Amino acid sequence: MTQGAGRRMVIGIGNPDRGDDAAGLEVARLLRQRLPGGVEVSQHAGDAAALLERLDGVAAAVLVDACVSGAPAGTVLRIDAAAAALPRWGGSASTHGLGLGEAIELARALGRLPMRCIVYAIEGQSFALGAPLSPPISKAVVEVARRVAAEMAADPIEGREARVPAH
Amino acid sequence: MAGRTIKVDYLARVEGEGGLKVVVRDGKVQSAELSIFEPPRFFEAFLRGRAFTEAPDITARICGICPVAYQMSAVHAMENALGISVTQPLRDLRRLLYCGEWIESHMLHVTMLHAPDFLGYAGAIDMARDHGEAVRRGLAVKKAGNEILALLGGREIHPINVRVGGFYRAPRKRELEPLAERLKWARDAAREIVRWTARFDFPDRERDYTFVALRHERDYPFNEGRIVSSRGLDIPAAEYDEHFEETHVERSTALHSHLRGGGSYLVGPLARYSLNFDRLSPLAQEAAREAGLASRCTNPYRSIIVRAIEVLYACDEALRIIGVYEEPELPSVAAVPGAGIGVGATEAPRGLLYHRYRLDADGTIAEARIVPPTSQNQPSIEEDLTSFVGGFLDRPEDELRRRCEQTVRNYDPCISCAAHFLRLDLDRG
Repeated sequence: MTQGAGRRMVIGIGNPDRGDDAAGLEVARLLRQRLPGGVEVSQHAGDAAALLERLDGVAAAVLVDACVSGAPAGTVLRIDAAAAALPRWGGSASTHGLGLGEAIELARALGRLPMRCIVYAIEGQSFALGAPLSPPISKAVVEVARRVAAEMAADPIEGREARVPAH
Repeated sequence: MAGRTIKVDYLARVEGEGGLKVVVRDGKVQSAELSIFEPPRFFEAFLRGRAFTEAPDITARICGICPVAYQMSAVHAMENALGISVTQPLRDLRRLLYCGEWIESHMLHVTMLHAPDFLGYAGAIDMARDHGEAVRRGLAVKKAGNEILALLGGREIHPINVRVGGFYRAPRKRELEPLAERLKWARDAAREIVRWTARFDFPDRERDYTFVALRHERDYPFNEGRIVSSRGLDIPAAEYDEHFEETHVERSTALHSHLRGGGSYLVGPLARYSLNFDRLSPLAQEAAREAGLASRCTNPYRSIIVRAIEVLYACDEALRIIGVYEEPELPSVAAVPGAGIGVGATEAPRGLLYHRYRLDADGTIAEARIVPPTSQNQPSIEEDLTSFVGGFLDRPEDELRRRCEQTVRNYDPCISCAAHFLRLDLDRG
């Protein structure tokens, strides 16, 4: 599924029905109208295999997800996933057996990881069914949206070749 | 002291999380308990007071892996309550949608979750480093399933195009044609995947299961059929409650299903296959024979081959449907609200999924009951562990632990449907 080299993408990951797990989705929603032309913004449920497909043929990706590491609620972590494996943060808060960390490592093992791949992880507090975002997480969502917008505006990768798009 | 304890805190590579405790005394497995916590109970309460038209979209949220199964059991139950029957093109589209879900769900399990057990890897990532082509092929076949879901369901996850009486929008014939090209490739690839799984090394373990699955007069079952068993049960879905019961087990918020007075039973690929081999397409039957399977399979470890055969069948059936598809005049049949009781039983990738609703005169849901396949299989998973793990007790601790996990994964338990956390605790005294 190669759809042109140099695709750039922001993917917000989460479950809208599980409290702070929606943080990534909310960042994507805020960014819909705020990014430079050519940057695709999407929301994703976080299933590793489907995420892997979404990343196929992408040159630069920013992924935003909720996490549970024991840090204070609303803590934002920025990780350069192209440079090194994601730290284990006590399992992604995703309700799936395979989540973002697995998707990235699988993409790396298959030679499909975007050349530039940044993960923003927002420390969640409550993942109760049907709960809204907790206040510290709402605040972090706004901050991450601002940082991602700045990062994409400055990103120089547009037009470069994506790595090994296979199927 | 001949007893020992093996504890696995977290059982990976199942959909969701749960806990497992195996107790060993004097060299024998005394008991095996799977403990899980179950969201469907929450959904049953949540459905009360909602309109009958909302059930497909609400229940689709129970599981991100098998939303179509929840939608299908819900719409069939509502149509049963309201006396609606759908036209042939709509029936075909429902089968096509189900093909998409089986392809997606089975390919995920075969390639990413179960194959590492047989090839000796901790998980799909380690396996992908050495078997990249097999993983790429599995994911590319899965993508064919995603594309069916995206087209018919309106999107890949939590499809929104299904309604009581049919669909909100039926696809044009020409929209299905590009799908056919990918499906032809996927069908060939699935045949290779059947061969690939057939070469794995399987523990020589069998049990005399009571298989339970739908059986239809002509088709390999997705949406329709009577509920039959390998011990002679043959009933319409409306009689489900007369023959099956759920009991609460303290360690788990999931209910355990049993045959009334008759013990555990098994639903899912092994049961469907063994009760419906003659309903598979000639190509799928041929692939099964080539893989060394008889028309009945009682070795649960070989379920990985059966899943691959079902993927091959689903590709074949999807192509057949696309070939004969005629656009329906209307995308749905009108559904007029009314009082009634309706049941629906369809074949989720993991097995029989039963819904029962009672509706008030204005179509409001007064009662809802959902019995997911993993609840039905729980007693059988525990009995497999009790029967099989004893044969592995002389193995090193790591291998024993891995065998326990593999035995649970034979069922592709959808613990996010039926459960939340899974930990493995093996107590040897």
